[in-house]
Amino acid sequence: MPRSMAAPVWELGMEPVVYQVTGRHQELVDTVTLQMTPVDGPAMSFLPGQFTMMGLPGIGEIPVSISGSPNDGGPLTQTIRAVGKVSAAIAGLGVGDRLLMRGPFGEPWPVEEAVGRHLLIIAGGLGLAPVRPIVYWALANRGRLAGVELLYGARGPDYIPYGAQLLGWLASDRMTGSLIVDRHSDEWAGPVGPVTELIGRHATVDPAKTVAMVCGPEIMMRFVIQALEARGFADSDIWVSMERNMKCALGWCGHCQLGPVFVCRDGPVFRVDHVRNLMTQSEL
Amino acid sequence: MVQPKTMGALLAEHPIFQGFDPEATEFLGGCASNHHFAFDEFLFRADQPAERFYLIRTGDVALELDMTGRKRLVIHTIHPGQIVGASWLLPPYRWRFDARALGDVRAFGIDATCLRNKCDANPDFGYAVFKRFLPLVAERLLATRMQLLDLYAPPVEVGAKLQA
Amino acid sequence: MVDDSLWIEADAGLRQLLAVLQGRGYETVGLTEQDGCITLGPIASADDLPRGRIMDTGGGHVRCRDGESDRFFDKTLPMQGLKRFVYPAHEAVAQFDDDLTITTPEVEMRPTAVFGVRACDVAAIDIFDVVFRKPPYTDARFAARRDGLLIVAVDCAVPLETCFCASMGTGPHATTGFDLALTELSDGGEHGFLVRAGSAAGRGILAELDGEAVRDDQVAAKRAQADAAAAAMTRSMPANVASVVRQSHDSPHWSEVASRCLTCANCTMVCPTCFCSTVEDRNALDGTAWRERRWDSCFSIEFSYIHGGGVRESAPARYRQWMTHKLGHWHDQFGMSGCVGCGRCIAWCPVGIDITAEAHVLAADLERAVPTMGDN
Repeated sequence: MPRSMAAPVWELGMEPVVYQVTGRHQELVDTVTLQMTPVDGPAMSFLPGQFTMMGLPGIGEIPVSISGSPNDGGPLTQTIRAVGKVSAAIAGLGVGDRLLMRGPFGEPWPVEEAVGRHLLIIAGGLGLAPVRPIVYWALANRGRLAGVELLYGARGPDYIPYGAQLLGWLASDRMTGSLIVDRHSDEWAGPVGPVTELIGRHATVDPAKTVAMVCGPEIMMRFVIQALEARGFADSDIWVSMERNMKCALGWCGHCQLGPVFVCRDGPVFRVDHVRNLMTQSEL
Repeated sequence: MVQPKTMGALLAEHPIFQGFDPEATEFLGGCASNHHFAFDEFLFRADQPAERFYLIRTGDVALELDMTGRKRLVIHTIHPGQIVGASWLLPPYRWRFDARALGDVRAFGIDATCLRNKCDANPDFGYAVFKRFLPLVAERLLATRMQLLDLYAPPVEVGAKLQA
Repeated sequence: MVDDSLWIEADAGLRQLLAVLQGRGYETVGLTEQDGCITLGPIASADDLPRGRIMDTGGGHVRCRDGESDRFFDKTLPMQGLKRFVYPAHEAVAQFDDDLTITTPEVEMRPTAVFGVRACDVAAIDIFDVVFRKPPYTDARFAARRDGLLIVAVDCAVPLETCFCASMGTGPHATTGFDLALTELSDGGEHGFLVRAGSAAGRGILAELDGEAVRDDQVAAKRAQADAAAAAMTRSMPANVASVVRQSHDSPHWSEVASRCLTCANCTMVCPTCFCSTVEDRNALDGTAWRERRWDSCFSIEFSYIHGGGVRESAPARYRQWMTHKLGHWHDQFGMSGCVGCGRCIAWCPVGIDITAEAHVLAADLERAVPTMGDN
């Protein structure tokens, strides 16, 4: 059974609804976090790992993962890096501006798999955004989990989104975790190295009683999978979130194909044993 | 009366030598000594002879480079359970980087000449030691390559680099 | 297989059938000749059909000429299948005015009867039914058009040189997916059609037709004609092609094909099952904007663009994507092949790349690549 049966996705189509920006936070030099509510009615409910198609009329649409809390029914929260024409226009929106929204789409993180087990979340770069809803969920469901650990690798100290919140989480006694940066700078006194270093060092987790959820650039995820494998993790206990070009998000436009799967509809979250060989075939 | 543990027994408790043949650990203990470094103290300096490497027991160590005209650059940090220093393995037996304590650091020091002699005299022992060290060197190489990849660089920058 | 229920005379029968369809309110579309090419277009009567005309095809080659008989449906295949009737090449899917009021353009679909649809094209519509209605989503725009379509299939007696439907299991006779199907027979001085119905709508129409009971010798002649058509096909797809393409990702042959391929996307445009599209926003000078869905092709570099670049930048990778998806991954996605054996991609390829020939090369390469141990 598809994991997303709980969400009313089957009514979705090509027609967007209008949302309005209610909050804006400059996350990084090229990245903002927007809070948005529909002009009419309540914000969409979603599951951790799902994404929406954010758009501006006459400019275009892009897929963006949802990075807010799935628990509180509050405004829709998404983090956008200004990379191209559409993302730059959306990142430039201010409070009160309106935009178009379709979703939520996609198969979510299988958070219930972690119940009674240890939840290991590993993210790199802006891959923190799609796993952030898992942390919100995990903290709200802490009693049902054996433990929650977040390992996060960033390019450098200036490239860490949600900084204050992240430090608060890591300092909390409700979860554990570590940060590491690829490149040192003066104000950084923490670990330096790739995120896989954190996996090697944190030997407290029993792979047989742990579910790992990984998000970051595809190559980072490949190395993380190998590091987890070296620690004794089975591919069936590791989940990743994949990224491909998405135009319709409904499995009709064909753009997001990764071999046999449509990333928009069969993913973006996949169990590693289902996609591992797809991740290494060149230009697939 | 409690017998103080031998250096070999202490080494056997370090993650690097877990499961190592007890006889071999005792043999290795003959080359080992206890060390303590305070915050900011150097474990070793670049270009000095690589006479002793360290197994970190507590505290963190930065592998770094003092670049003339630029600020100190931390290339990698090393943490409890890991090894500081690989330059003792191969000629010219000189450190390539500085190793500086990021806090209070306790470590086992292994005399490099002593260990190299033992490895040469007893190839079985030498092979067992190298099997413990090679993964660390490989891991360090992978880490360096991953850092080189600059995985989280903004795509715009990547695109600019590709076009340059 | 649906049994034939009626025999109708060639001229009078076709005229009556078209009249019945028009009487029931259907727009009638059928084979017509336009600019030297057989295509599907509006027809008013059976007189508009390209009777007696046939096509010669080959790699990168399509020509129309007079045939040797006055039969209606020998050796012709319209340039495109039914794709554009159920899925226009471009259409607005949402419109935005200045104050961001969103309107969804209605699908304008008048009930349309398509006359003379080949078995391969019927199979292609069945494939679209799976692609655009795969749970949990249904493409309402496709569904509205598809449900407005009445399909009058016609069995193939003489295949084109580029046909290979027999090896794909989709022809030369249509077995399902049609409302009505015709078999043209011209043995022993009589010329007419066996008619069978494949749906309630088809049975209703059939009941209005004047004809005769089907004779056993006509059924036998039909079977012989189907066998002859299948035997006349010189091209075929290897039976294990799905596993061949899935195992050939790293084959050097993709580069060889790409050295000929212009990545022009013609094959994807004429393919009756290629469903890929893009979604683009467009603007008018009056301040309104609309969102448009347009046919797209995996042969363009932009197709696989993610921030930073395309996933499939090289031409070999793009050809491989098309062929591997069509013949291999389609099975994983939809439980069926994405190829119906119509051969259009061969005929309309400007450099004559032949998907069946490439598949046989890949299959032979795999066979040769079986590793041997030791000195063998």
